[in-house]
Amino acid sequence: MSTERERDGESDSGRTGTFGEYGGQYVPEALMPAVQELEDAYERYVLENEDGFMDEFRERMRDFGGRPTPLQRADRLSERYDREIYLKREDLLHGGAHKLNNALGQVLLAKYMGKERIIAETGAGQHGTATAMAAAHLDMPCEIYMGRTDVNRQRPNVYRMRMNGAEVNPVEAGSGTLKEAINETMRDWATTVERTHYVIGSVVGPHPFPKMVRDFQAVIGDEARKQIREKAGRLPDSVVACAGGGSNTMGTFHAFVPDEAVDLYAVEAGGSSLEIDEDEGLAPNSATLSTGTDGVLHGAMTKLLQSTDGQIMESHSVSAGLDYAGVGPELSHLVETGRVTPASVDDEDALNGFHRLSRLEGIIPALESSHALGYLERAAGTAADTSSGQSPRDEAHEDLGDLVVVNVSGRGDKDLETVLEETEKRDLEAAPDVEVFDS
Amino acid sequence: MSEYDSDVEAAIRENHPALITYITAGDPSLEDTKAYVEALDRGGSDLIELGLPFSEPIAEGATIQAAINRALAAGTTPEGFFELVADLETEAPLLVMTYYNMILQYGDEPDVRPFVERAAEAGLSGIIVPDLPAEEAGPLRRACDDNGLDLVFIIAPTTEGERLDAIMSQVSGFAYVQARLGTTGARANVSGATHDSLARLSEYDVPKAVGFGVSEGDHAAEIIEAGADGVIVGSALVDIIASSDDPSDAVDALEAKARELKRGARRGADAVTDDPEERPEPEQP
Repeated sequence: MSTERERDGESDSGRTGTFGEYGGQYVPEALMPAVQELEDAYERYVLENEDGFMDEFRERMRDFGGRPTPLQRADRLSERYDREIYLKREDLLHGGAHKLNNALGQVLLAKYMGKERIIAETGAGQHGTATAMAAAHLDMPCEIYMGRTDVNRQRPNVYRMRMNGAEVNPVEAGSGTLKEAINETMRDWATTVERTHYVIGSVVGPHPFPKMVRDFQAVIGDEARKQIREKAGRLPDSVVACAGGGSNTMGTFHAFVPDEAVDLYAVEAGGSSLEIDEDEGLAPNSATLSTGTDGVLHGAMTKLLQSTDGQIMESHSVSAGLDYAGVGPELSHLVETGRVTPASVDDEDALNGFHRLSRLEGIIPALESSHALGYLERAAGTAADTSSGQSPRDEAHEDLGDLVVVNVSGRGDKDLETVLEETEKRDLEAAPDVEVFDS
Repeated sequence: MSEYDSDVEAAIRENHPALITYITAGDPSLEDTKAYVEALDRGGSDLIELGLPFSEPIAEGATIQAAINRALAAGTTPEGFFELVADLETEAPLLVMTYYNMILQYGDEPDVRPFVERAAEAGLSGIIVPDLPAEEAGPLRRACDDNGLDLVFIIAPTTEGERLDAIMSQVSGFAYVQARLGTTGARANVSGATHDSLARLSEYDVPKAVGFGVSEGDHAAEIIEAGADGVIVGSALVDIIASSDDPSDAVDALEAKARELKRGARRGADAVTDDPEERPEPEQP
């Protein structure tokens, strides 16, 4: 692949919507007119604020969504890691996750475009929930596709979607996770494209989705950048966010990308191992930025977990929201050019991150966000560990610096069943005694 | 010698009305596929599309998706696929239908050329890629041109105006006319969108073949009568393979089904010839 890459620009091949070599529009012909119609709508309404679209979006995000969300100093984490730790509280957004930023933006855009019906895929159910809420708020009929495995492990969100009037369609194919849900939603869209808008839930898919979703999510980093300067008087040394498809990651990072002195860490799901089983077509992780190779999936050229033949691997994570074999093309580009550092923590570190934040700060984070918190422990180490020299610090330690912003992308209520089940299997240092929950 | 540069175009023009059949390679095994392809060839197929299975077939309906899963479970690889193709001796030219990632990953680096060169060497005549719109097709187009392969583009019911012009100017072999929105899969009737699409395409002097939902001889007749040069049938054939208790049972049934479809297509062509009122506008050379 080319070594000459430009940030967020058009490549010399003339392809549309690319980030260096990544991105593009690899979709069935039937969808191309819709993708181009969306591109046009994105440019007019989102970039140029035609008909006051962005004004209405911001007003609704404030009054319906609850923006801005706080940037909170985490006192006990700061003490533990002997540096200043700030948490961007996207868990306090309406619906309990950053997902509403994008879902409300797209459903509103669909309305401006005159579409009559909303469809979406969901992994953990947070995007499905946000889309169902946005669709109810804006009076649009809505159908959500969700893998069977995810339906089973994220039941509270299935209930919430249905409470908001959305239909939930379980997808039985493959491992029944996000990848299969996206395939099925694309099939629906290819059948009903003339009247339906597909609200893609992350910075993935064909152009303009990766840029448009990033722009709707960029409010996270815009706020965080302003808030940290007010509270700490300067920009952070590093920003940490979990990465599945990468919407909270890009949303948090986007405002900081030009700030070269700020290190950006995208923390992926290391699952149970970073090794892959080529024979079985299984990756026991979802660490696409760390271990993936270049290819085309779901409309874009990006990094993928795939076999040498090009078959997409079944991924794994304890967190349904990170369990995806692809990642946003812009993140692939930022990693390839060295602007973003990929990292990963395994299921156990993420569970410890979950329990630690719950106990120390009174915030129950989503399992997705728990990966970012797990990384903080590993990269920052604890003050006590440092003095005893027992915990070998990650090489990132030096870079993490004295002032760190961590995005808490969502709250963990939806994950309680999974956390109890997975905690029982393990001897986790940060966990309470979970046996009492069975009595 | 054919008067056409392209084997694919010649197969359609010279055998008008043409029958194009599709099955998934490796379903349930590559050995069975060989016997099935030969049966489809004997049954009167003028072109045969072989699906090289990809794990995320977003343009396929349930029938072909299941066939792809069976083929992958049987261990079908691109190399095994090419060996099968090299081993086939059919009158009908062969096309490969697969997704873009499969093409990019063949070889050491993400690049389309190794796949195209291997496809030409194995004896394939063309490539169809359901997730590659014309906008992204430049590299594959050039590699196909350099290796004498046709790159067939799909025309959807939503393809209109300047976009249609741009794609039709790039078409080689034939235009794959998608009969209806949605995914592949046998249907009980011919979509009204087929007639609209064929009417929209009538001014272009490019062979047009209609697929997505065609399953019976009567459908073939209706589609040819509406002005198509060929019909494409996939899911109905995959259904025969899927419902056979013993893989060898499917061989005769596939040959018989191909005959039925080809007869239907001829009936459609005869109806056009018999009834000048219904004959489509002659195409300008």
